[in-house]
Amino acid sequence: MNKTILKTKKLSAYFGKEKVLKDIDLSFPEKKVTAIMGPSGCGKTTLIRCINRMHELIPGATITGNVYLHDENISALNPILVRRKIGMVFQRPNPFPTMSIYDNVIAGYKLNGLRLPKDEMNTIVEDSLKKSAMWDEVKDTLHRKGSFLSGGQQQRLCIARALAMKPEVILLDEPTSALDPKATSKIEELIVELKDTVTILIVTHNTAQAARVSDFTAFMYVGELIEFGNTSKMFTVPDNKMTEEYLTGKFG
Amino acid sequence: MTGNKSTQKQDAFAVKEKIFRGILYSAAIIVLFLVLGFLITLTIHSQLSIKEYGFGFVFGKVWKPTKNELGALPFIVGTFYTSFFALLLSIPFSLSIAIFLGEYFKEGAISTFLKSSVELLAGMPSIIYGFWGIFMLVPIVQKIQIALGIAPYGVGIFTSSIILTIMILPYSASIGREVIQLVPDDLKEAAYSLGATRFEVIRKVIIPYARSGIFAGIILSLGRALGETMAVMMLIGNLNKIPKGIFSPANTMASLIANDFAETTEELYLSAIIEIGLILFLITMIINLIGRMIIKKTSVT
Ligand SMILES: Nc1ncnc2c1ncn2[C@@H]1O[C@H](COP(=O)(O)OP(=O)(O)OP(=O)(O)O)[C@@H](O)[C@H]1O
Ligand SMILES: [Mg+2]
Repeated sequence: MNKTILKTKKLSAYFGKEKVLKDIDLSFPEKKVTAIMGPSGCGKTTLIRCINRMHELIPGATITGNVYLHDENISALNPILVRRKIGMVFQRPNPFPTMSIYDNVIAGYKLNGLRLPKDEMNTIVEDSLKKSAMWDEVKDTLHRKGSFLSGGQQQRLCIARALAMKPEVILLDEPTSALDPKATSKIEELIVELKDTVTILIVTHNTAQAARVSDFTAFMYVGELIEFGNTSKMFTVPDNKMTEEYLTGKFG
Repeated sequence: MTGNKSTQKQDAFAVKEKIFRGILYSAAIIVLFLVLGFLITLTIHSQLSIKEYGFGFVFGKVWKPTKNELGALPFIVGTFYTSFFALLLSIPFSLSIAIFLGEYFKEGAISTFLKSSVELLAGMPSIIYGFWGIFMLVPIVQKIQIALGIAPYGVGIFTSSIILTIMILPYSASIGREVIQLVPDDLKEAAYSLGATRFEVIRKVIIPYARSGIFAGIILSLGRALGETMAVMMLIGNLNKIPKGIFSPANTMASLIANDFAETTEELYLSAIIEIGLILFLITMIINLIGRMIIKKTSVT
């Protein structure tokens, strides 16, 4: 069995009084891709935002239950530290328009006021851009603003920005839903390559995408975890009737 | 038949479109002519003074109408002195208010209260500021001057600048608030997800993104400071000399015009006052143009 890096224990999330996640128990295996699937509004985004403690930034939003990173309760850690260890990529590409490509990649350090020697920064930028398959495309324009980049490139720049912090886990929230098919397949390839170095959680609406990139899949429905398991198994012989109906496109 | 009808309809649309465009164009052209008209009128009426003093008028340090010795420098210095001092004082306040209202307290009782206070400040007639300055500020400044061992005029550059600071603050604060509110949540979220604190998000994401708008607000408030007449006239001391220091009485271009314009029938004198108006007009225009250029350069999109 795979080593678990991240786990939730009876995790519930609320917006004010409304409970949108209900007692989620999940274990995420290290250096694998886990897909989180389910119909719109079922709580996928909320789940991953609990994992890097972004949920609590929304006024009135609270959680009960626990999240553990390497058996360490993240609510006992400084949220800033948690967010550096668990990176995030959003649905819409959101590079900082005021910064150059270079500064975007190194933004995590700059924002936190962490000072690094110039050559160390250069190394981090180059490595991160190589890992996100961007280096060849932008190595001559590093000091230009990223606004001329295509949507797909911008999203890979955001992935590089997350990778630059050397996180242990990366959360991807429907990272390709705003992109065309070509840019999408490029990002899917990237995800498969990245799992050698980092654990990936990807929220997706697209069952085919989950099948292509993930090792494990969690299926959710109105705030509850319905089924979790090996992707290839779940896609061929799901345990749950609801999972089967979702996968065959009967709802969602 | 039907084809005919639909072309008729199209023709009607085209006519409407033409009329609408005509209105828009003529409005634009009227504004253009107004600006040109101001410039031409001012130039024509200051001919006498321009011919008499030439370019030296701008650098003339003495203003003695009785001896026909007229130079604009004291008022140019007085105007810049008060305006830039006020601008400098107002920036930290207006930026704080803008961040407070635009990011920390977007809604709620405190924010509504503060927002309406700021709006009230912006809408208050300047004569009220002048009165307030005379009754509240002047005595305080006199006390400071006595404590510092200088002549307790009370009125002067310092007092006028403080009043100007309060008067221009609402402009930069409310424009600043608007542009700060426009910073996309996406970007703030991205910064938080990288471990930034709220302060870091404000300093390194929000302000850089909003800076051209913030700057626009500052330029607008500078324009207001340069041209403010009434309150300054009541508080600057109307001394037609180059100010010696921050507490010295002085005079600004706008205040001089308002003061002296009605007092004379002497043609050269009158023409010199109008030339000062022309200079004020040009300075305001140049500052606006420079501001626009900087805004264009720092703009994100
Ligand atoms: N900021 C918020 N305030 C209040 N309720 C919210 C907020 N964000 C989400 N919700 C509610 O929480 C529930 C879960 O939302 P969430 O965004 O996690 O769903 P999702 O599975 O990511 O959906 P989608 O596939 O559309 O992205 C929904 O019912 C939604 O209406
Ligand atoms: Mg979502």
